[in-house]
Amino acid sequence: MNALNFLKPNRDNLKNHVLIGSFLILVGLLDVIINSFLKINIVSFLPGSLSSFFPLILGLIGLTMIRIDYSGNKNLDLLNKNINTNTFNALLTLIIIFTLIKALPPSLSWMILDANISGDSKDACTGTGACWTYIKVWFRRFMYGMYPNEFHWRINTAFILVIALGFVGYFMKENLKKYLALYYVIIYPIIAYLVIYYLISGGSFGLQWVETGAWGGLSLTFIVSFFCLIFCFPLGMIFALGRRSNLPAIKYISICYIEFWRGVPLITVLFMSSVMFPMFLPEDFFMDKLVRVIIAITLFEAAYCAEVIRGGLQSLPRGQYDAAKSLGMGYWKMHIFVILPQALKLVIPGIANTFLALVKDTPLIFVVGLAEIAGMLAMAKTNPKWLGFAMEGYIFAAIIFWIICYAMSKYSYNLEAKYKTER
Amino acid sequence: MSDPIIKIENMNKWFGDFQVLKDINLEVEANKKIVVCGPSGSGKSTLIRCINRLEEHQKGSIVVDGNELSEKTKDIEKIRANVGMVFQQFNLFPHLSILDNCTLAPIWVKKMPKKEAEELALNQLKKVQIDDQANKYPGQLSGGQQQRCAIARALCMQPKIMLFDEPTSALDPEMIKEVLDAMVSLAKGGMTMIVVTHEMGFAKEVADEVIFMDEGMIIEKANTKEFFANPKSDRTKLFLSQIL
Repeated sequence: MNALNFLKPNRDNLKNHVLIGSFLILVGLLDVIINSFLKINIVSFLPGSLSSFFPLILGLIGLTMIRIDYSGNKNLDLLNKNINTNTFNALLTLIIIFTLIKALPPSLSWMILDANISGDSKDACTGTGACWTYIKVWFRRFMYGMYPNEFHWRINTAFILVIALGFVGYFMKENLKKYLALYYVIIYPIIAYLVIYYLISGGSFGLQWVETGAWGGLSLTFIVSFFCLIFCFPLGMIFALGRRSNLPAIKYISICYIEFWRGVPLITVLFMSSVMFPMFLPEDFFMDKLVRVIIAITLFEAAYCAEVIRGGLQSLPRGQYDAAKSLGMGYWKMHIFVILPQALKLVIPGIANTFLALVKDTPLIFVVGLAEIAGMLAMAKTNPKWLGFAMEGYIFAAIIFWIICYAMSKYSYNLEAKYKTER
Repeated sequence: MSDPIIKIENMNKWFGDFQVLKDINLEVEANKKIVVCGPSGSGKSTLIRCINRLEEHQKGSIVVDGNELSEKTKDIEKIRANVGMVFQQFNLFPHLSILDNCTLAPIWVKKMPKKEAEELALNQLKKVQIDDQANKYPGQLSGGQQQRCAIARALCMQPKIMLFDEPTSALDPEMIKEVLDAMVSLAKGGMTMIVVTHEMGFAKEVADEVIFMDEGMIIEKANTKEFFANPKSDRTKLFLSQIL
């Protein structure tokens, strides 16, 4: 075996190359790990910049050595195919791995190791890390806003009831299934509204009245998102169908509506709903601020929903319309039984997108003085006793929003899989 | 002679500036089988799509089963319910099972009880020999099976007239026969049929009359034997020499 052959990695000298290559990569990794966790530079004897590039160079040589096509080893092939196809990709792989290792210790120590959670005042936070005490103390505020502590059970009960009612559809008898859409589009929102009105607002049945200005935190996020989601979808559907209508009046009204709401920023819509809208109403007519905000967001998001659904309607082949018509179906039967079920199935990803955006848009209601979770944070961080903990608060809010949105997107994948009938 | 079930007089149709149908005159009596043939782009499909008003004609009149088709026609759905149609691309509803494809219209258009509709559908599916596939979805069936299902679906509405728009053109050669067999047995059952097709064998076997169209006009209309034995116009002769 001559020297040249030995240097060139191939299947014959697989074992040697993999051993030496892995060793070099490991040394590189070890250097970075020791460097970032123990703050010791084991290659400090090397001149300046070389010592910081040392692990990168070692790793690159190592990865080059193990880059053997069709090695016969499944894991090695997988590795080479995915992250080690050429020198540039190997370099990117190393940089990403090293960056993660470098970033891990500081974030770990900030979030967990040096963090405080005990105590119930700012003085308990003595460490250099995060002050989770802040979140703990303010937790109820972040969840329920300024809603009186002793009535929090009312919010919890209302939510449990609304969620339970949402599952009713699953347990409906077979012969009632055809009323499912009716239930979810009309009956369910009304019941949910009544539950929330009588339980959370109170004012009757011996429950003390709590005005909507006091509502807030995550529960308000849920209330606003819930009503907006449930109303904007059917409304969007109507405008999507309207935009494709043959009747000019309906068509142009739909186009105007969609283009108007898509053209204005949500923040101005919210502002108008709370400041300008009451000016146009008769003086003795009162509509709660929260209701106005929910209507504003619903109208706004319905325009987006409409366009997403229209995309689905347009992607259906003309033959589906022809077939439905030739069987004697009229406009509504054709759409309800043939067109919409297929179109809506196609637009699940798009609708999920719109709904996620909607949930994440709810913090904007802060501009009209309603403080949902992000709004409560903004208020809490300016509290004189608790200055300087904005970071903890926003990370907390980010985690909460991520959980909500991830659950929603998971659910949308499930729906997609459930309604997949072709191929 | 009985009254014609379809009567078309001086019918003209334009797509924009382009005239697809020129002065079409056609009478079809009940229980007759008409085959329409001609080169592509000659307006055959448009003609039969006009008969159940999937396309609107601009001039002349079409009377189907005593009802004139025009903008003023109120219950176009009722007329369509009596005119079944089978398409080149099958156009089954992919989100519904084969059985649901067949029962959808009877249940919701004819207000038939679900049980009765399912019985009827299974009966029709049996006639086209795919009753064992009733619970599958269209995407799981072969082209020939899908087209037979489409025929069964149209028949479930118990129509008086059946229109076929090139029912075998999108099929593999070995599947054409199974669809044609279904159509032949339907024809023998006495259905009024208008079939746009290039399958001259089918035309010879079941058609009472053959219509040859070119450039939006009916060039020749003759009973089947006559049409194939001694076609009158040169255009027809040319067409037949190419296709046979």
